[in-house]
Amino acid sequence: MRNKYIFILTITIISSFFLSLASEGFKELKRKNIEIDKKKNILSAIGVAIDNFTVDDIDEYFQSNIDSLIINIDGLVVNNISIEDLNEVENKSTGEVRYFYENNEFLPLYVETKENVIIMPISGKGLWSSLFGYFALDADNYSTVKGITFYAHAETPGLGAEISKKWFQDNFVNKEIYEKNNLKSISVAKGKADENSKYEVDGISGATITSNGVTTLLSRDLRRYEPYFYKNRR
Amino acid sequence: MKLKETFIDPLVDNNPITRQVLGICSALAVTVKVEQALVMTLALTFVVTMSNTIISLLRKNIPSSIRIIVQLTVISTLVSLIDIFLGAYLYDVSKSLSVFVSLIITNCIVMGRADAFAMQNGLKESFMDGLGNGLGYGGILIIVAAFRELLGFGTLLDYRILPEFMNNGLMILAPGAFIILGLIIWAQRSITQFVED
Repeated sequence: MRNKYIFILTITIISSFFLSLASEGFKELKRKNIEIDKKKNILSAIGVAIDNFTVDDIDEYFQSNIDSLIINIDGLVVNNISIEDLNEVENKSTGEVRYFYENNEFLPLYVETKENVIIMPISGKGLWSSLFGYFALDADNYSTVKGITFYAHAETPGLGAEISKKWFQDNFVNKEIYEKNNLKSISVAKGKADENSKYEVDGISGATITSNGVTTLLSRDLRRYEPYFYKNRR
Repeated sequence: MKLKETFIDPLVDNNPITRQVLGICSALAVTVKVEQALVMTLALTFVVTMSNTIISLLRKNIPSSIRIIVQLTVISTLVSLIDIFLGAYLYDVSKSLSVFVSLIITNCIVMGRADAFAMQNGLKESFMDGLGNGLGYGGILIIVAAFRELLGFGTLLDYRILPEFMNNGLMILAPGAFIILGLIIWAQRSITQFVED
């Protein structure tokens, strides 16, 4: 009778030992993988061809060309905190991610100095899942879109999952988010977009909810940066 | 049964997927691309071989009233280990396999072999049985994935073989896997004349 408790206890302790050993041993590698994955996505948002990049190339490109900035909700650059200090809080029903440091809200921003592009994280709800990505804007006018990418989602393959395909993301390049001084954002059309419109991109047929999700998240997340755009726009 | 037969039997004649129709869930989910199927095959073969070996080693000491709990503990430990390992060395594949690596825990093949075979058989036999079942499962996975990747994306292991306009979206979705798996089971059964009781 007592035997079986001792038996299962022994098995559990041995298992936990190996698991903690492995988890601790591979922690650094995994953290590095996640970091590289994130960097890859930031680079692909600004259209850098990363297919032939090694891990070192990515780090190198990041080191020499990309700075991270923290701005507060009034659009002012804050110097005393870094991007690693921010606490990410995801609203599970809207997919919106907000960033906090000591109970104050901030916004992260990446600046690519070579091509003069800013990159913002974006997130929102699709049909089945939260969508996470990056959105890149020309830092000369804060209006021309340089690229968009989605790196995490669980939408239907062939339908909603098309948001992570090249054809969909290429649609955004060279669109505008400002109409004169009015932040208009970009909407995903139902079906084909109006060819002359600078504020609309082709939708994904059969994936209306995912498409609408992208429209909503863009307009919401871009608006958070509006004070910053306003201060820097010429 | 001889050692060699223990290994060969589950590869074709007693294949866990086509003959016993086990492990279908992951066979439908991770067969979109051959690379995924390969990694899944390695992961499952590792888990089922190791769990068979460990359970067989412990089989005389496991109190029968808690044997399922012991088996589950061993299996889930192995699965977590492989999950951590993939996260560290094959991050991109592990991202595309998402939850299906952790779901190996609930794969009927692993539990089935541990309880039905390893509990009654010696170390060597159990090791071979695990290896055979893992590879038998993986073989079917890779065949299904090869069809789906070729017809759905026009590529094999990401090398382009068919032009892009021939891509068939159905193959990328779960029904594509159902159809191909069904055809394979049909072909095997009409050759072997096997009929379910």
